[in-house]
Amino acid sequence: MSGYLSVRNLTVALQTGEPILRSVSLNVAAGQVHGLVGESGAGKSMIGKAVLGTLPRALHVISGEIWLDGVDLLKLSPAARRKQIGATAALIPQDPLTALNPSKRIGPQITRRLVDILGWSKQNAQARALELLDEVHIPNPERVMRSYPHELSGGMRQRILIASAFAAEPKLIIADEPTTALDVTVQKQILRLIAEMQSHHGTALLFVTHDLGVVSKVCDSLSVLYAGKVLEEARMHRFFMHPVHPYSAALLAATPTYTNPIDSLLPVSETVIEAVEQEVLEHDIRASR
Amino acid sequence: MRDARGNIRRPIGARLWLSGGWLTLLALAAICAPLIAPKDPLMQDLFLGRMPPFWMEGAEPGYLLGTDSLGRDVLSRILYGARLALVVALVAGTLTCVAGATLGLVSGFYRGWPDRIISRFVDIWMAFPPVLFAILLIAVLGPGLLSIIIAIVIIDWTRFARVIRAEAMSQGAMDYVASAQVAGRTRFGTMLAEILPNVLPTIVALLTLEMGIAVIVEAILSFVNLSISTDSPTWGGMISEGRTSVHQAWWVLVFPLITLFLTVLSFSQLGEGLKDRFDPVLR
Repeated sequence: MSGYLSVRNLTVALQTGEPILRSVSLNVAAGQVHGLVGESGAGKSMIGKAVLGTLPRALHVISGEIWLDGVDLLKLSPAARRKQIGATAALIPQDPLTALNPSKRIGPQITRRLVDILGWSKQNAQARALELLDEVHIPNPERVMRSYPHELSGGMRQRILIASAFAAEPKLIIADEPTTALDVTVQKQILRLIAEMQSHHGTALLFVTHDLGVVSKVCDSLSVLYAGKVLEEARMHRFFMHPVHPYSAALLAATPTYTNPIDSLLPVSETVIEAVEQEVLEHDIRASR
Repeated sequence: MRDARGNIRRPIGARLWLSGGWLTLLALAAICAPLIAPKDPLMQDLFLGRMPPFWMEGAEPGYLLGTDSLGRDVLSRILYGARLALVVALVAGTLTCVAGATLGLVSGFYRGWPDRIISRFVDIWMAFPPVLFAILLIAVLGPGLLSIIIAIVIIDWTRFARVIRAEAMSQGAMDYVASAQVAGRTRFGTMLAEILPNVLPTIVALLTLEMGIAVIVEAILSFVNLSISTDSPTWGGMISEGRTSVHQAWWVLVFPLITLFLTVLSFSQLGEGLKDRFDPVLR
């Protein structure tokens, strides 16, 4: 089994040896949306960062493979890897407020990749950027192209980042909690927009989130992560009908319902957490042998 | 107000007008000193020593701001002194800025071993008392314009390195840096194209501040007679000479002091004003 993006037994650790990702494997098939859920600190974002080569300085890949478009990224030189990623993958970042360079106008920030990596002419890139801004429902795109980021709202900026991610027609987009920093009312629009763009462009999407509700709306399959370990990888409908792992079941049970919000808000029970911690511990012991 | 490209245009504030105006005036005076100076700044006339400025009783016509104890014209000496002050401000300020900002940018963005080395150097440097260090350097290098400039660069690069390092670090943590790298920019390219434009307002503010500081350091060195040759007029030298006769002829001390004060103040105000105009968010 292998997808467009295939992460195999990826272990990432701090310099002290403390593992952050524990033999993570996951697959994102071409044109499919794969969700990556877990509590904060579970290492969801780190998987995306490891794929894109933007891991924080303190973290190092210990072992494993990251196959993107049939190439193992970890075997490439840094320059070749940058090129491969730049040509095939893109990122929708978490915080639209810091993800655009504050000292540059929007236009060049969208067109740069087209001009620099794909060798487009400036006019073509410009036309493409206008088209994309229109596609993400930005009114008056010419004006927006000339604006500085601080002149636009958070929702607008996230739309621009989405347009920019799709600009070079990447085969894979990693969306790192793309709605977390936004207002609840805007979240829904952005979510719908990402889903719409994804199906229109047929891009594979790795969707990192802590929100199972979001996953249920946009994803085809998902992986549940706890303490850097994949507990369960499943197709969407199977997961919601019959979660295999007790932690997954507890997570699902913890999702509040609208009809009974207070009583349905169950914390994940301590016995489940203990069982999962035990599982992680056993994994570490096996790995250290 | 917006211009044709949709930029918000702000009127130039009083701060920029005043500081920029004074510095422009001074620069013109320095360039045209031989044309506009009423007297030869080196010409002595012991019969005309300690003449008061023009509005006071006993003033000698032609000596607007009076004369010093050797009968030299104070105004002409201030005008000629501006040449040295401004050359030192521009050259030493710029060189210090380039050296310090480059090191700060590299250490703040690359972190790791370049940061460790540069930061340790900064720590060691900061432990030296700057004025003593300058005097020591001049004593070793020998007086002269080049020595003054070298001394200022060597003493003051840490100011830039520290501030720009902190700025580069905070900018480097932003998502747009990660995005640029995902989009195929090299680390070096990211530093130049993404980080540098965002620390530029700070660099500009520091640069003009540094020019003011360079003027002060030059004055201090002239004051202790370690600047260029002792017969060239310098503000610091004039203050030093005026000090001995302040009770009889206060103008020999006060006029160069006011000029120095206004110049340094203008440099720092210019920096603050320009910083706002360079910053896209405040612009």
